[in-house]
Amino acid sequence: MTVALDAKDIAGRVDGAVPGSVVESTVECILVDAGSLPAVAAFLRDTEDLKFDYLNYITAVDYYSYFEVVYRMTSLVHNHSVVVKTRCYDREKPAVPSVVGLWQTADFQEREIYDLMGIAFEGHPNMRRIFLWDGFPGHPLRKDYLQ
Amino acid sequence: MTLKTEPFVLNFGPVHPSTHGVYRMRATLDGEVILDIEPVFGYLHRGIEKLAEERTYTGFIPLTDRLDYISSMSNNMAYCMAVEKLTGITVPERAEYLRVIIAELQRLANHCIAIGSFFNDAGAYFTPFLYMFREREKILDLFDMLSGQRLTYNYMRIGGFTQDIPDEFLPAVRKLLDTLPKFLDEYEFFIKENEVLLARAKGVGVLSREIAVNCGISGPVARASGIDWDLRKADPYSIYDRFEFDIPTCENGDCYDRYRVRFMEMRQSLRIIEQAVKDIPAGPVRSDVPHLVRPPAGEAYAHIESPKGELGFYVVSDDSIAPYRCHVRPTSLINLAALREMVRGWKVADLILIFGSIDICLGEVDR
Amino acid sequence: MTIPDVYIASLPMGATPPDWPGGYWWHWLFFSVVLIAFLLVMVMAAIYIERRGMGRMQSRLGPNRAGPFGLLQPVADVIKVLLKENIVPDNADKIVHWLAPVIAFVPVAMIFAVVPFRDGAMLVDLDVGILYVIAASSIATIGVFMAGWGSSNKYSLLGAMRNVAAVVSYEIPLALSVIGTVLITGTMSLNGIVLAQDIPYILLQPLGFLIFFIAGCAEINRSPFDLMEADSELVAGFHTEYSGMKFALFYLVEYAEAIVISAIITTLFLSGWKGPWLPPWLWFIIKTLIVFFVMVWTRTTLPRVRIDQLMSLAWKFLFPLALINLFITAIQVLVWPDGLPWVAIIINIAIMVVLVVAWSKFFKLGWGRLEV
Repeated sequence: MTVALDAKDIAGRVDGAVPGSVVESTVECILVDAGSLPAVAAFLRDTEDLKFDYLNYITAVDYYSYFEVVYRMTSLVHNHSVVVKTRCYDREKPAVPSVVGLWQTADFQEREIYDLMGIAFEGHPNMRRIFLWDGFPGHPLRKDYLQ
Repeated sequence: MTLKTEPFVLNFGPVHPSTHGVYRMRATLDGEVILDIEPVFGYLHRGIEKLAEERTYTGFIPLTDRLDYISSMSNNMAYCMAVEKLTGITVPERAEYLRVIIAELQRLANHCIAIGSFFNDAGAYFTPFLYMFREREKILDLFDMLSGQRLTYNYMRIGGFTQDIPDEFLPAVRKLLDTLPKFLDEYEFFIKENEVLLARAKGVGVLSREIAVNCGISGPVARASGIDWDLRKADPYSIYDRFEFDIPTCENGDCYDRYRVRFMEMRQSLRIIEQAVKDIPAGPVRSDVPHLVRPPAGEAYAHIESPKGELGFYVVSDDSIAPYRCHVRPTSLINLAALREMVRGWKVADLILIFGSIDICLGEVDR
Repeated sequence: MTIPDVYIASLPMGATPPDWPGGYWWHWLFFSVVLIAFLLVMVMAAIYIERRGMGRMQSRLGPNRAGPFGLLQPVADVIKVLLKENIVPDNADKIVHWLAPVIAFVPVAMIFAVVPFRDGAMLVDLDVGILYVIAASSIATIGVFMAGWGSSNKYSLLGAMRNVAAVVSYEIPLALSVIGTVLITGTMSLNGIVLAQDIPYILLQPLGFLIFFIAGCAEINRSPFDLMEADSELVAGFHTEYSGMKFALFYLVEYAEAIVISAIITTLFLSGWKGPWLPPWLWFIIKTLIVFFVMVWTRTTLPRVRIDQLMSLAWKFLFPLALINLFITAIQVLVWPDGLPWVAIIINIAIMVVLVVAWSKFFKLGWGRLEV
């Protein structure tokens, strides 16, 4: 049974390893500051007893005043999972660091989020639209995208 | 004096007999050897995630059919499980058993197409394909009995099913359970030691375990590379923990192993269906769910082991009749992340075979 | 080699003289018309056998609407293909594009000039019959390569290059496997080879038959070697850009080549037109269609090989086996100069089984991944 780890304990350890990164944490997820996301992700992936080597998905939700990017990771070795979120308050040019260097699965998924939501991922080698064509105006999945 | 050659770009266009849908690859070739490929998606993008925000929770179920249109029942099941997790509904026993039977039948049908098209890409001119389709027809007849449809069923509902199964369904399933193993044995006898297939598929397109885990590969492709991860055992959902079955894995991660894993999975599915048909209880098939489902505010993620891999739905609700955000974890798109690594250095003929062995469905890639 | 009297007695007319029916020009006219008509009718029969036979092997019915049992399906195919618009790509080399089907078809028709339908009933009984056949069968490749080049399409060019490589490689085992029969007979004339077959050469030269069959299938782009027009990879290979009458010619060439190879196999290995009770030309047709049916059978059953595996098969497997076959046949002809006895059949079949099994243990198909 994949145990969904108590995120409050993980948040404590993450805050110890990367100080000042955790904004808040509930039982289900950890909310991390966007700038320290690569460091937190590296800590989660490489620590021996956490070992989150498998990134299930990356997705983004538009909450009118901010964008929230959700990462869910699983450890195939220990069979536990955790959810990490980060928020982006800029609506004009939102940007979040990319985790492509850690998990190659983020490649297509981050391009999709850029295409449909407009969140640019810094450090991605190929930040282009994936489903829509290059000159498409706007980002359709945003709540304020009107036809 | 060496001959000066230069690489050229060949476009395996959206319209191609073997790209399993409208998928485009721009391959840089040096003669016949592939140096690099660049996939181009989006030819089937219909904006399903945006459409989810305008439909009711139940009204979105037909749209989930069109995601992975080859195995529609699995998509329905994953979405309904996500909404049930969000709302806190429990599904009655009989409905759970029926869901397991239908999901495993769907796995059989999907692997029929996957194995058949694998041989079609290898060049056996439709013969194994048609033999597999003959068996898929029997399964499609069963689904036709249930829902009236052959491809996009729109059958599962949040909380179970709308109506109970017709009386002829379970006897027909038992009849299928008697005939299908003999067909699988015959098929294996023809195909397993075929020299040409072994020469084409063994050692071709090897995906190592580390790259597979890093690229987020799931499903039969991952199990062929040696990753012993199947959501039905690792994170059991529905009532899978009551059944006894094995998870086939292989070590090499080449095309031949992917075909073998799918074939062995078909046999395990038959085991599960047999146990489920024996133990299915009587009772209601739908829990007491209002017509317009209105989950409380929150979010939930539910994933299942669909025939192609880990299919998940991430649903966010804001206490209204339509989802606030519904994201599909696209198995096929994520499985394609490793294609570039697998293909470099092989020839054009192998590109088609490796691509076919991943078994994607463009409806899921593009949504 | 002497001809047993029983065969002469069974023929109503004896051997056909070379200027039958009424002089040189009438003979030429009669046989030209007969050969073209025969080729076209046999191609239609071949199309029907292929589609219906493949359909039945794939557990489906095959065409059965056009005419009773679908017998008029080839006629419908021909009419459909002739009525289509003839589209030529803009960038195509017009003359090359136009000439390619012609150059592909003419050599195939030319080969039939030396194939005997009865004792002596052929257009011309060349003394170097089999050499002429092998030479003419290579010219068709030029037509295919012109088609691939003239289409200005990368897919076509890939298909054409593969075709050239494959045909050139398989010429050598093809020629070598035939020399065995020539050695036993003592003459290269096809009529002479048929007349000399008291025992059909498929029994005396089983290895030669096998190599000729495989090399023949590869020469004419039939499965399992049909990667020149690989439907699932290159859309349609070298004839992607053809439509209308030119495509009809390529379609015709594909089946005509198959019929020609079947006819040559019948003449060389299955004792041509010989057989009891039925008229000789009917035996010839029946045997040709049986060999063609075996080709359809292999097409339906086997997957396709890759180009480097194809070349390895030709150079590393068939070529050495053909050489060994040649040496063994030469030794046998030296030992029994008056004609090979029945015991030679058993020896040859045993040698074939041992060689094929042993050689395939040491043979690796193709090379794997290249480092890029």
